[in-house]
Amino acid sequence: MEENRYALNKELAQMLKGGVIMDVTTPEQAKIAEAAGACAVMALERIPADIRAAGGVSRMSDPKMIQGIQEAVSIPVMAKCRIGHFVEAQLLEAIEIDYIDESEVLSPADDVYHIDKTKFKVPFVCGAKDLGEALRRINEGASMIRTKGEPGTGDVVQAVRHMRMMNSEIAKIKTMREDELFQEAKELQVPYDLVVYVHENGKLPVVNFAAGGVATPADAALMMQLGAEGVFVGSGIFKSGNPEKRANAIVKAVTNFTDAKMIAELSKDLGEAMVGINEQEIELLMAERGK
Amino acid sequence: MRVAVLAVQGAFLEHEKMLDRLGVDYVELRKKEDLKQSYNGIILPGGESTVQGKLIRELGFYDTLKDQIQSGMPVLATCAGLILLAQKVENDDRSHFATLPVTVKRNAYGRQLGSFYKEDTFEGIGKIPMTFIRAPYITDIKEGVTILARDKEFITAVSYGNQLAMSFHPELDEDTRIHQQFVEMVEK
Repeated sequence: MEENRYALNKELAQMLKGGVIMDVTTPEQAKIAEAAGACAVMALERIPADIRAAGGVSRMSDPKMIQGIQEAVSIPVMAKCRIGHFVEAQLLEAIEIDYIDESEVLSPADDVYHIDKTKFKVPFVCGAKDLGEALRRINEGASMIRTKGEPGTGDVVQAVRHMRMMNSEIAKIKTMREDELFQEAKELQVPYDLVVYVHENGKLPVVNFAAGGVATPADAALMMQLGAEGVFVGSGIFKSGNPEKRANAIVKAVTNFTDAKMIAELSKDLGEAMVGINEQEIELLMAERGK
Repeated sequence: MRVAVLAVQGAFLEHEKMLDRLGVDYVELRKKEDLKQSYNGIILPGGESTVQGKLIRELGFYDTLKDQIQSGMPVLATCAGLILLAQKVENDDRSHFATLPVTVKRNAYGRQLGSFYKEDTFEGIGKIPMTFIRAPYITDIKEGVTILARDKEFITAVSYGNQLAMSFHPELDEDTRIHQQFVEMVEK
């Protein structure tokens, strides 16, 4: 992959910053999301909560369904492929998707290797629980990172844990002596130059969003105050009582994430939030897929 | 001198870094109260124009910013910012500030695979880096609009009075000359 294309792909993620990316399953939902102020939509057949409920093998969505959503909206459209399933990724590239999410929400197709994302022209976003995972994905060609959270639960605890972990590891590297960076690269199992980048800049070399379990405007603002550059909302919107109103409120909470007064106002009368499942109640931890 | 950067969504930090490099003071516009601060220029950054267009209305910026732009406060608009300024959007029934008498086409180069980088001539400055991300271009201009850059037959940068607008992202590259030119407009 030419250097130029990778730069352009990282730059598309920069344009999404301060925005909310919403999971949608139909063109109608995509239009609601766009009208509510989503900066991009994630097209998938079933939202994570339903994937979790249905069980079984979960795969890339029907290209026809994805194309229906591409035609319905003017904002960027993302879609998920299974971890390691480079042919699903090739198909998504063939239909000119704007971003591919190599996602732990689907059943992994490969339990050892991730996709070599440097072989693609379209950009990839990947999940990461900690700095090592994030830098390994970036080394494989990911041009955007998100926390893994625990999709489909409406429980934000894991997204918080991942974001805090990332922050503390970045802070640690920032304060290290230069001669300690070699060992750090070895421990994180990542290339030395990426560790040097983090040391010098105090941040990842790509945009970092929060994902997993975000269900309320306050959840979204929490992730932003913890340092996320934007937010993915999956089941939280279309599994709630009033998707339109909730989506609107989350978008504004992300813009004004430190304004408690405004977020309190936005949080009024949103109807029922998704019921949610506690982390302890679930048997399948999707965040453990693909390290 | 102080510049206000619209910070509701998108790549506003990148513009702020440019202003930092030029030693220019700025404020962020995130909510209505922010309009009370004093400033002499406005930057409309890249991002998603649908999101920004919605938020400038719902967060209460629309009337004040439109008045300020119409009364001649200098404005620098990149990508989505150009769409916010355009009088007409070819493939969208919404227009926003509509202070710039041009017609733009959104996502004119297609999806992300159509994004590109090149170096080309910008009138009055010379060759500059130009990064186009799911970019629009200008399909028609009215009298009084000056063309500053083209990509083949398409218009990619214009000025009209104190409005400086382009379909690419000078804030993403290292070259500060466009921001410098804007700052000079503000200083006048």
